[in-house]
Amino acid sequence: MNSKTSNNIATGVIYFLVACVLAILVFLLGYILITGIPHVSWHFLTSAAQSFAAGGGIRDQLFNSMYLLVLTLIISFPIALGSGIYLSEYAPDNWVTGVIRTAVEVLSSLPSVVVGLFGFLLFVVNFHMGFSILAGAIALTFFNLPLLTRSIEESLQDVSELQREAGLSLGLSRWKTITGIVLPAALPGILTGIILSAGRVFGEAAALIYTAGQSAPTVNYGDWNPMDSASFLNFMRPAETLAVHIWKVNTEGVTPDAAAISSGASAVLIVVILLFNLLARMLGRWLYKRMTATK
Amino acid sequence: MQEYDYNQTHIIDIPLEKAMTTENLQVFYGDNHAMHDATLQFPRHRITALIGASGSGKSTYLRCLNRMNDRIATVKGKIMYRDMDINSNNINVYEVRKHISMVFQRPNPFAKSIRENITFALKRNGIKDKNELNKRVEESLKAAALWDEVKDDLDKSALALSGGQAQRLCIARCVAMKPDILLLDEPASALDPISTAKIEETLMQLRENYSIIIVTHNMQQASRIADYTAFFHMGHVLEYDVTEKIFTTPQIKATEDYISGNFG
Repeated sequence: MNSKTSNNIATGVIYFLVACVLAILVFLLGYILITGIPHVSWHFLTSAAQSFAAGGGIRDQLFNSMYLLVLTLIISFPIALGSGIYLSEYAPDNWVTGVIRTAVEVLSSLPSVVVGLFGFLLFVVNFHMGFSILAGAIALTFFNLPLLTRSIEESLQDVSELQREAGLSLGLSRWKTITGIVLPAALPGILTGIILSAGRVFGEAAALIYTAGQSAPTVNYGDWNPMDSASFLNFMRPAETLAVHIWKVNTEGVTPDAAAISSGASAVLIVVILLFNLLARMLGRWLYKRMTATK
Repeated sequence: MQEYDYNQTHIIDIPLEKAMTTENLQVFYGDNHAMHDATLQFPRHRITALIGASGSGKSTYLRCLNRMNDRIATVKGKIMYRDMDINSNNINVYEVRKHISMVFQRPNPFAKSIRENITFALKRNGIKDKNELNKRVEESLKAAALWDEVKDDLDKSALALSGGQAQRLCIARCVAMKPDILLLDEPASALDPISTAKIEETLMQLRENYSIIIVTHNMQQASRIADYTAFFHMGHVLEYDVTEKIFTTPQIKATEDYISGNFG
C-alpha cells in the first residue's frame, strides 16, 4: 500500500468517525427539539408547575436553574480562579502539588449521587440548611471546582512564558504580570471552562435531588429582598430545577400531561444551554477585544 | 571540539565610567555549572556585545544582570550596579528591572494595543497623567524608530505587527520606562536582514543615552555596532576587549578560532 492510499484510508476513517459524532448529536438534538418544541408556549414558560392537573408550566424551575447556576458560579469561580492561578503560576513542581492535582481530578470523577448524599448529610441535615438553593449550589461547586480549576490552570499555562518574562523584565511584580497580562490573554480559555461547567450545572439532577430539593414553592418575583422567605432571590428556599423537574415528572409525575411537560422542559433546557453558550461567548469576545485590542 | 585552556584569559579593565560590573559571577542549573567566574565591566553609554557559540553561557550570563534567572538557576558572585550588589537577597528585584530592562530573542509584545504595550507598565508604576503617557508613547516609539510606521494605528493590536516591528515595539516598551541599562538577548536573530538593520540603527541611536549589553550570534553585527566585545566559551569568559581588537588581533586561541569560523 503506498502512502497515498493509506492517507486516503486514514482520512476516510477520520471523516467517518466525525460523521458518527455529528450524527449522534444531530439525532439527539433533533429528537429532543422536535418532540419538545410543540409543547413549549408562552404559557408553558410563564406559569407555575401543577402537581395533579394538566397544563402546568416550568416558570419556577427555569428560574431556579438559572439562579442556581449564578450562585454556583459566584461560589466556585473565585475559588477556582485562585487555585488555578496558584497551580499554574506559583505551585512548585513537587509531590504536594501532585497530590493537589490528583485530588482535584478525583473530585471531578465522584459520582453525582454520592456528592448529593454527602451534601444532604452535611449541609441539609447537619448544618440545618434544609433543602435549599444554597446547599445545592455548594454541592454543585464540588463538581464545578475541578473542571473550572483545571481549565483555568490550563488556559493560564497556554499563555506563552515569553509574556511573563516581558512583564517581569519591565519591573512588574509577578502578581501584576499575572493579573494584567497573563489573565487577559487566557480569557477565552477560562470562558470555555465556565461554559462547560455551566452546562453541567444546568444538566445536573442527581446531586440536586438531595440538596436543593424537589419542590418549587411559589415565590414572589417582585420581592427583591434575598432575606425575605417569599423572595425569588432567597437562597435558603428549596428549589427544584429544570433537570430535577424532568426527572420527577418522568418517575413520579401524576399529571396527565407528564410526557408533554418533560419533553417540553427538555427542549427548553437545551435551548437555554445553547443560549447561555452563545451569550457567554459573545460576552467573552467583547471582553477579550476590550482588553487586548484585537479584532 | 578542541580543548582550550580556560585559565588563560584576556580581560581588560574599562577606562570609562562603568554602567555595571560583575565579579566572579557563577551560575548553576542544579548540578550543572553553567557559568564560571565571570568578571566583566560594562562601560556607560556604550554598546557591549557578548559573543560565543550556542551553549557558551552568554544568554545565561545576560539574564543574571537583571535577575531574570532567579527562579531557574542559582547565581553566585557579585553584580555591582551603582555601588550596590544587586545579586544579594535583600534587593528589590522589581526595582532593579526598572533600571535594567531586557529585550528577548523572540519578540514578545503583550496581547494588547500598541499604545497599551507601552503604557501598561508605566501605569502600574504610578504614571497616570494622560499627556505624560502620550508623550512617553511617542518618545519611545520614535527612539525605537517605529513611530512613523505605527503612529496612526496606536490603538490596534500589537499582535498584528511584523516580527521586526514587534521587536522594535519591545525595545520601545523598555525605553519608555527610562531605564539605565538595556539588555538585549539576540534581539535580531529571529528577524530578516532589513529588520535587523533597523534594529541596529535603533541601538546605535539609543547608545547616546543608554548603556547597552547585547548578546549576539552574529559576529558581523557585533563588529558593526559594539564598542566592546566579550567572547564566551563553555561557560567561561575568555576574552574581553575593544571590539576592533577582538576581531583583528585576538589574544586567545579560542577567540581566534571562533571568529575565523573554526567552530561554533
